[in-house]
This record gives sequence, C-alpha cells and structure tokens, in this order.
Amino acid sequence: MKVAVIGAGPAGTRAVETLLAHGISPVWLEESADGGGRIYQRPPAPLARDHRTLYGFEAKRAAALHSAFDAARSRADWRPQTLVWHIRPSTRQLHTVSQGQQAVVDYHAAILCTGAMDRVIPIPGWTHPGVTSLGAAQIALKSQGCAIGQRPVFLGSGPLLWLVAYQYAKAGAPPAAVLDTTPFATKLAATPGLLRGGATFAKGLFYITWLRAHGIPIAEGVSPIAIDGAEDGVTALRWRDAAGREHRTECDALGLGWGLRPEAQLADLAGIPFRFDAVQHNWIPERDLAGRTPVAHHYLAGDGAGIGGAEMAELAGRRAALAVLQNARTPIDTAAAAALDRKLAAGQKFRVALERAFPFPAKLAASLPDDTILCRCEGLRAADIRATAMVDYHAGVAPELNRAKAFSRAGMGRCQGRLCGAATAEVLAAALGQPVEAIGRLRGQPPVKPIPIAAA
Amino acid sequence: MKLHRLRDAARPAIALQLDGQGIVAQQGDTLLTALLAGGAGHLRRSDFGDESRAGFCLMGACQDCWVTVEGLGRVRACATPAGPGMVVHRG
Repeated sequence: MKVAVIGAGPAGTRAVETLLAHGISPVWLEESADGGGRIYQRPPAPLARDHRTLYGFEAKRAAALHSAFDAARSRADWRPQTLVWHIRPSTRQLHTVSQGQQAVVDYHAAILCTGAMDRVIPIPGWTHPGVTSLGAAQIALKSQGCAIGQRPVFLGSGPLLWLVAYQYAKAGAPPAAVLDTTPFATKLAATPGLLRGGATFAKGLFYITWLRAHGIPIAEGVSPIAIDGAEDGVTALRWRDAAGREHRTECDALGLGWGLRPEAQLADLAGIPFRFDAVQHNWIPERDLAGRTPVAHHYLAGDGAGIGGAEMAELAGRRAALAVLQNARTPIDTAAAAALDRKLAAGQKFRVALERAFPFPAKLAASLPDDTILCRCEGLRAADIRATAMVDYHAGVAPELNRAKAFSRAGMGRCQGRLCGAATAEVLAAALGQPVEAIGRLRGQPPVKPIPIAAA
Repeated sequence: MKLHRLRDAARPAIALQLDGQGIVAQQGDTLLTALLAGGAGHLRRSDFGDESRAGFCLMGACQDCWVTVEGLGRVRACATPAGPGMVVHRG
C-alpha cells in the first residue's frame, strides 16, 4: 500500500511515525526544507537550536517532535521543498513541484496534514512594510533570531497574541502595547470551560500576568482605527479603548492576528465537503475523530482539518495513520486507537471554550471603512466588495462569495484569498444582510500556490 | 521595515547586492531577513499602485515578499535561503 502524507508538522510527523511502526514507508511531502511545522519551526544552521530558548514551555514537546521527525525522515520517502499544488482524488494522484521540477505522485491513501495560518482582519494601513501577522512575528524570532521591530505593537485576539508579546519582551524587544479586541468580560465568561485546558489555560494566564508585572501596556476590548506608516515602515497605531477614547501608540512594527484558519485548499480539491463551524467561525472539511472523510482513501489530521492546536494535531496524526491501517486491514492496537479517540474528543471541548474566550470579531471586519485595502494582492478596497452586493452594480448582485470574487477579483490574487478571505466574507455578508455562512466560501483552485508556468 | 537581530547575531557574514547596493547579511538568514535586517526597508511595490511592501506572513503564503534573484528568477524572500554573492532586485 502506498500512502502519501502531506505536511511535516506535528500531525504529519506523528502520522508518518505511526505508519513506519506498522511497516509502511510513506511518501512524505513538505513545502519547507525541514520538519516541525510552523509551531516548532527550527532555525537553519548556523543559528543555535536551544529548545528552551526557542520554545519556552513547549521545549520538551518540541524536542520530542523533532527527534521523532529526525528518526522518521530517513526511513520514509522524504521530499522536502516540495509543494503539492493539486490533488486528483479519482485517479489518486498528487501534482508536485520542487525546485522548478514537476512530478506526479500516485497513492492508495493520502493523509493531508496541511496546517493553518493566521486569520487576519485588514486594518487600514496594514499593507505598510513592518506590519506582519502574529505568526510571522513569531517565526522571525524563532527561526531567524530577529524581531519585526524594536518597539512593536501586537494587536488581535487569541492565545498567540499573549505568547508572542511575552516572547518578544523576553528576547529584548518589549512591546509598545498589547491590544486585545476581546473585552475582558468575554474571556471571564469562558473561564469555566477553559479550566478544562489545565496547563494550557495556566500558561495563558502566566503570559498576561507576566506582561502586566513587567509594565507592558495592555488594553482589552479595543477597536483599531488605522496604522500610520511611510515608505519603509510603521510609525504608529491609532485605536479606541473600551470607553471609546482615542489613542495613538508610536511603534516601529505591528503584528496582528485573530486566531487561525485551516489551510484546507487540498481537502477542497480532493472533493471533501465543508461545513461552517459556528464556534470556530471557519469553514471546516468534514471528517470524523479518526480523520476519515466522506471521500474514501482521503484522511485529514491537524489544524488543516479544523483548528485544535499542536498537541491535538499530534494525536490526530497518529489516529489518522491508524485509520489508514484499519482500512487496509492491518492489525493495530485498538485500545490505543480508542484512547486517542477519547483524548481527541476531550480536546475538542477545550477548543470550544477557547474559541468562546477569543471570538472572531466579525463586526470589526464587516464594518471596515470603505477605503480600507481588503485584498492586498489586487489592491481592492472594502468599497469594491460592497459594490458587488448592489443591485445597480454593472454585473448585477453577487449573491455569494465566488461571484463577488469573479466580479471584483477579491481572492483571485496570488495569495488566493488566504489573507483577505475571512474579512471579505464578513464585508459581503453584511452588505447583503446575510449571515456569513449563507454566502458560501471561496472555492480552492489549483495550483494552490503560484508555480512557474513551465512546471504546470 | 527593519528587522532587529536579537539572537545568534554574530554568525559569519555574507555579502549580497540589492538593486546595485551592497547588503551585509549572515549565514543562516533567509533572503527576507538578509534584506530587511540589512536596511532594504521594503522588498517590492504593489502590482496595482505605488505602495511599498515587505512581506506579511513569513510562511510562504501571502506572496508579498517576491524578489528577483539573478539565476533563480522570482522567489519568495521568506522561503529562500540567502547565499553569498546573490544579486537581488526588488519585486
């Protein structure tokens, strides 16, 4: 049986490890040069790889995953720097490109562990150099030993906001401010459910308390107004506090993000149906706890199958590999599979509480000023999207997101809606007076990322 | 945008060129780090206006850090290791 595993983060690594333990050496495809995923991204040599400094509380987990990855890499058909740009479920073929060379990979079963990226709301001025996603701010520090600025502001909501702010302060770039769009009361109301998370919850509280104790300015329930900047950088963020007072915080960089969204383009191209998850406020490919999908021979694990975090991703990767083996009638430890199912189910409950503590601020996205650049690839503004919802628009009303994309080009640019997609949907839904789940989602298109024309 | 080196900042130096100007970087840098820590300020301009851009996601998704390297063509600066002697052009 030929199994293809796409992605070498926590889910992909544990999936491959599990397959190897049962005598199957999979084809293992990863877009970047190394394993670990974005969460446990390792700096390239000659940067030092001190786990304690790089990963903090997660050092043990990171070290364990890296050693699992290093052990598995030589035993699998490991193909780094390889982008899977298309998947054909009917013929069970993957189309890949690596260093400009294209290839077709046949498989009997595929496990997609494609991960996630930051969920972004375009704030006026967000295209200035010096504005990055929260994830980017963390990658710069973790993988390159660099800060995005000496006095950055971090803006958004979710666990990553506090973690990145803490990591920057510890590394010698204390944030000028940490601004959370979620009011304190919302987080407080979610506390009973968050207690299920045990250590995860405790770490979150630790970061916030530490930042306060070290005099880092913190505000909750804020509304961003605009980012000021010039040719080569950011100069300030203007924002409103919970009482409506305006502030201007000078800074030389800004990291922003509101949780994560699955990188699920390949799941889409594989024909797996999606559903709108109201709690995560994301479209999520359908799968069961074990990662089985309605499309036979295609499995999902990790954040690409709905956000669950790294710890859950490791469990899900293991479980999906066992599901592949079960389907092939390979004997597995069914008690171990059942234990994984229990942990995955418990993890989902904590995730629900976490999402309630840091809900996606849909209204902030929906109410972006008309002149805000929404789609940074194509330079489209919020007004361009709103126009597609108007009866007297030259092409008529766009009743859903893909039509609005066809009319306006929003989501048609080189990032394929990865950055503007979440906010574009809110802007269009509000303009149409519809709930966001009623206007559909941007369909995935091959190639899932730009490739040289010569390779296609 | 100016990246500030906080850790491992004493690696062996490598020299690159950006639009004819010399850039001193360090071994282990991505092209994005090399250029933005080296004072480039920005990496390209919007395709539909004059705005400067310097990348956003640093994980190969946003495609907003494209630069041209002689011999390699157009690459994502965040996903390309910097090499000694690279001749780079913005956009």
